[in-house]
Amino acid sequence: MNAVLRPAASPASTNVKISVKNLQFFYGSFQSLKNINLEIPERRITAFIGPSGCGKSTLLRTFNRMYDLYPGQRADGEILLNGKNILEKDQDVNLLRAKVGMVFQKPTPFPMSIYDNIAFGVKLYERLSASEMDDRVEWALKKAAIWDEVKDKLKQSGLSLSGGQQQRLCIARAVAVRPEVVLLDEPTSALDPISTAKIEELVHELKEDYTIAMVTHNMQQAARVSDFTAYMYLGELVEYGVTSELFIKPQRKETEDYITGRFG
Amino acid sequence: MNSIYRRRVLVNRVSLVLAFAAMAVGMVFLLWILSVLVFRGIGGINMAVFTEMTPSPTGAGGLANAIFGSLMMVGFATFIATPIGILAGIYLAEFGNRGWVGPTTRFINDILLSAPSIIIGLFIYAVYVAQVRHFSAWAGTMSLSLLAIPVVVRTTENMLRLVPASLREAATALGAPQWKVILSVALRAVGGGVLTGVLLAVARISGETAPLLFTALNNQFWSADMNAPMANLPVVIFQFAMSPFENWQSLAWAGALLITIFVLTLNILARTLFVPRTS
Repeated sequence: MNAVLRPAASPASTNVKISVKNLQFFYGSFQSLKNINLEIPERRITAFIGPSGCGKSTLLRTFNRMYDLYPGQRADGEILLNGKNILEKDQDVNLLRAKVGMVFQKPTPFPMSIYDNIAFGVKLYERLSASEMDDRVEWALKKAAIWDEVKDKLKQSGLSLSGGQQQRLCIARAVAVRPEVVLLDEPTSALDPISTAKIEELVHELKEDYTIAMVTHNMQQAARVSDFTAYMYLGELVEYGVTSELFIKPQRKETEDYITGRFG
Repeated sequence: MNSIYRRRVLVNRVSLVLAFAAMAVGMVFLLWILSVLVFRGIGGINMAVFTEMTPSPTGAGGLANAIFGSLMMVGFATFIATPIGILAGIYLAEFGNRGWVGPTTRFINDILLSAPSIIIGLFIYAVYVAQVRHFSAWAGTMSLSLLAIPVVVRTTENMLRLVPASLREAATALGAPQWKVILSVALRAVGGGVLTGVLLAVARISGETAPLLFTALNNQFWSADMNAPMANLPVVIFQFAMSPFENWQSLAWAGALLITIFVLTLNILARTLFVPRTS
């Protein structure tokens, strides 16, 4: 495969946040990522598209080492976050996850109040006074564009919200710990179109402050939201580039077949 | 109506009737037991039952010392069994999938769960009562907690396994260490279910007779000394019900009704107040 795939025509001002080098990933003896090389620019949205089972979620889950939870899953190669290899043994995974937040496919509010859902992650790494915590919760909920809907019921259970609201609560929860990177694993696939539109809008605003990596099944979504897009197939990175260019004139035949729906 | 469809309707009706009959058999016996208990026991229940000691065969009295003894032993046993059971359940659910310690523990726990309670009583008799050479309420407490622990372990593990992986991942993704994920998120999500397990364990041990017969034995008088034999409802019922004295028999029925009401209340509480919430 190619050496490091850099998004072509990436703006010179953009720093590299995450740099993946020769990454291999195994579920037991099955290799699900093959020699992935790419660079994710800071404060931009990078989308990962591809058919089911192509490894895009697996790749995303290496950025916060979520796979560590499961014995038998392992990654080889290098993933540099701010230049430091996070796959090394001495990397503290909890500190890594505080820097690299994640939002999942299904909304996963904790069984506690809306307020405590946000405060949970903050309390893990910061000691704030009650009023500072109030401010942080409000800030995070505003960032996730859900403050107006929940400000009068912060003591209610997070489970009482609708699906779309729950997902924005989860985004607020991830943002509240002030990570550097936010990983979104198909964040809208369980939501209705209106909630989806809200989340997309929100993601667009979040890139002002965060580096965002997003897996999506929805090509229109990738085209609408992202700055860069990576197309993956069977565990390999096929093409990676500026979103508008990748969708208008893909460099490779496989990519073109997939985005035009002539796949397979 | 074609024949395939007619056959299906017929099979449906037959199954329905059979299922209903099976349910009726169970209900008949349950209601029969309950009604006999209430019918025979209700007459024996009065204030004296709660305030006076167990009487001599000819005198009048109540069950105060036995009720107190049962509450003490069941209470202490629950106090001992709950933390051990919940911690062991957490271990099995969260860490017990690798290696051999977890599966072995689970297997042994399942055996204990269905072990006849008389064996637990004999065990405590052999290792404790026979060593210190006297029956005691502590020995009773030990055997009851040994009976309660497996119930709590089982329900705690089962409940924790209901917690979806996505919820654990979400907490982990915030940088929470594993103990925090378990205590603050997973256990909290199924706290009601775990409490239900504790209540069911209490219900199970509050009627146990055999393990107390070998350990706490009985006491005709008021005693709050945990190092001495102590009266308790099941053994008193056992002794009084088999006696030829009418006042004892009547107290046995009253005691039986008390235990039944207690267990029934616990079960109803477990099934209504703490319905497991998972989502």
